[in-house]
Amino acid sequence: MTKKPWISLGGIGVFAVLLLAVAPLVLTDHWLNNLGKYCCWAIAAVGIGLAWGRGGMLVMGQGVFFALGAYSMAMHLTLETAGDRIPAFMVLYDPLAPLPAFWEPFRGAGFTLAAIVLLPVVVAGALGYALFKRRVKGAYFAILSQALAVALAVLISSTIRETGGDTGLSDFKYFFGFVLNDPANRQMVYLIAAGLLIVCLLAVWQFYRSRFGELLIATRDAEERVRFLGYDPANVKLVAFVVSALMASIGGALFVPIVGIITPAEIGAAASILMIAGVALGGRASLFGPALGAIAVGWGQSSLGSTWPDGWTYVLGLLFIVVILFLPNGLSSLPARFTGRARRTPVEQPTPAIAAAELEGVRS
Amino acid sequence: MDALIPQLLNGSAQGALLLLAALGLSLTFGQMGVINMAHGEFLMIGAFSAYLVQQVIAASDLSIPVALPVAFVVAGLFGLLLEVTIIRWMYRRPLDTLLVTVGVGLILQQAALQIFPSQGVPVEKPSWLDGQLTILGYAWPMRQLFTILLAAVCVAALSAWLKYTSFGRRIRATVHNRDLAETTGISTRTIDRLTFFVGSGLAGVAGVAASLIGGTNSQMGAQYIIPAFLVVAAGGIGQLKGTILAAWAVGVALAFFAYWTTGSLAQVLAFILVIVFLQLRPQGLFTVRTRSLA
Repeated sequence: MTKKPWISLGGIGVFAVLLLAVAPLVLTDHWLNNLGKYCCWAIAAVGIGLAWGRGGMLVMGQGVFFALGAYSMAMHLTLETAGDRIPAFMVLYDPLAPLPAFWEPFRGAGFTLAAIVLLPVVVAGALGYALFKRRVKGAYFAILSQALAVALAVLISSTIRETGGDTGLSDFKYFFGFVLNDPANRQMVYLIAAGLLIVCLLAVWQFYRSRFGELLIATRDAEERVRFLGYDPANVKLVAFVVSALMASIGGALFVPIVGIITPAEIGAAASILMIAGVALGGRASLFGPALGAIAVGWGQSSLGSTWPDGWTYVLGLLFIVVILFLPNGLSSLPARFTGRARRTPVEQPTPAIAAAELEGVRS
Repeated sequence: MDALIPQLLNGSAQGALLLLAALGLSLTFGQMGVINMAHGEFLMIGAFSAYLVQQVIAASDLSIPVALPVAFVVAGLFGLLLEVTIIRWMYRRPLDTLLVTVGVGLILQQAALQIFPSQGVPVEKPSWLDGQLTILGYAWPMRQLFTILLAAVCVAALSAWLKYTSFGRRIRATVHNRDLAETTGISTRTIDRLTFFVGSGLAGVAGVAASLIGGTNSQMGAQYIIPAFLVVAAGGIGQLKGTILAAWAVGVALAFFAYWTTGSLAQVLAFILVIVFLQLRPQGLFTVRTRSLA
């Protein structure tokens, strides 16, 4: 993919035409809204592809950053709907208490948009700096990131009055002044989500063909060698991690007006794993794989998941097993397999058979 | 002070349960480097085994002691099956093992949800767990003492097994130097399978203990897996004493946080505590000094 960047760019163009021009004409309002939801997951998935596929960091807690964007947006929309009064769900639990202090700034549209961008950057930056500088990597990083997602979901569940708890935040009427019930406005929100997905793909495309992209792959495949060449792998990983967190946050922010509700279930361990599933299916290291995989998993979730929920869980479980076991690079590696073109992959490179404690261990 | 002593015991019991859940992980993750996210589901299998044993032996006084070895074997066999069919292909890909076993865990959870009633099943507590024992002027609930005792027995048995039996010696040899162990005639494949069997079996024992404290349902494994992994990581990889100390510390921290705040906030605080601790000591409490990179 790095060899023929212009073909990929053409691919993004075709994708953009399909999402922005064809889909609104062909699909019903219901399915367009669903596609918008998949686009939000796809935006987060593009970021996961960058961090995991290219950077080798298995980010199992992207729900945290998804939540930062989603709850920032949801708090703003709730306040916009409530107007000058206190949001209805808060009155339910304690009619007299004032609005929690951290809600107040989210009245401003500008602050909300800034928070959606800056919160994940600050959180991921601090977390990534601390972890990568201490050379926490591999499974540790994955488990810690998932632990954070679990912790945040538990925290939100338990603070009913402040965040809506398990029932989450819902019943938004306005989106920055636009009435959300209006089909035309819903289409506009969809177009924003699809447009941002294209922007994220373009950003990642540029990343992959830049020197930084090469360095990121080098860090994934041989971190020590990169260090000995004079680069600091921690910085390289930090940039990829922060960008992926930002994308997850943007996906989360748009998820709220499109779906109309955000609950801890959408950001916890299971949701974070669902985001990984799409990326694994599509192809973690490819440009389009994560986005297409996320859309496919999202579609499976809302079609099969609603008609046959028991079966969907089995399908999801089998998907993990079969794809990771037999197709580590996802469906996007199938064409190359059939044409016999060998590609550099993260797993086919020889790994010395040293004890796993050394292989995956963290060193200070 | 009088309120704190029972919290200390309560925390020690929670720590003992965590230790039981983490013990198998410290074997499979610590010794073999396999990240088994289905470990929590093996715990669930152990709990359901206890329920099934009770269907056969109605008297709960007798059925729980019978259920412990049964759960060990059943969960162990599931682990063995997982090792033979999937994990053995993935020893060179630790991160991918993590994801594959997430898939296995999803399937096992869903299967349990369909086989057993979705709201969970009741596991009868034996009558000898109801009482209290008065030592040093404090009343210690039997249930908590039992969990602590069970964890102590498991730890003692595991460390004795690793230290004194020929299987244990071979496991340690394989961990230290796989190639050299193989050259001396140890079948490292057999050792891998056996280690995985015992590690998964310990999860089954933990499941029986968990079924006596909380509910037995298809989701129960998921709530133990992340804390158990954090305990293993905080204790230091492959360090039994580290795992013990970390589990006890996390259990006591959980109990005291829950005492001062609320149960769910305690969980968040305990997670943050472990994460901050791993910042200070990324290799855990006890470490093996090596000169290897990476």
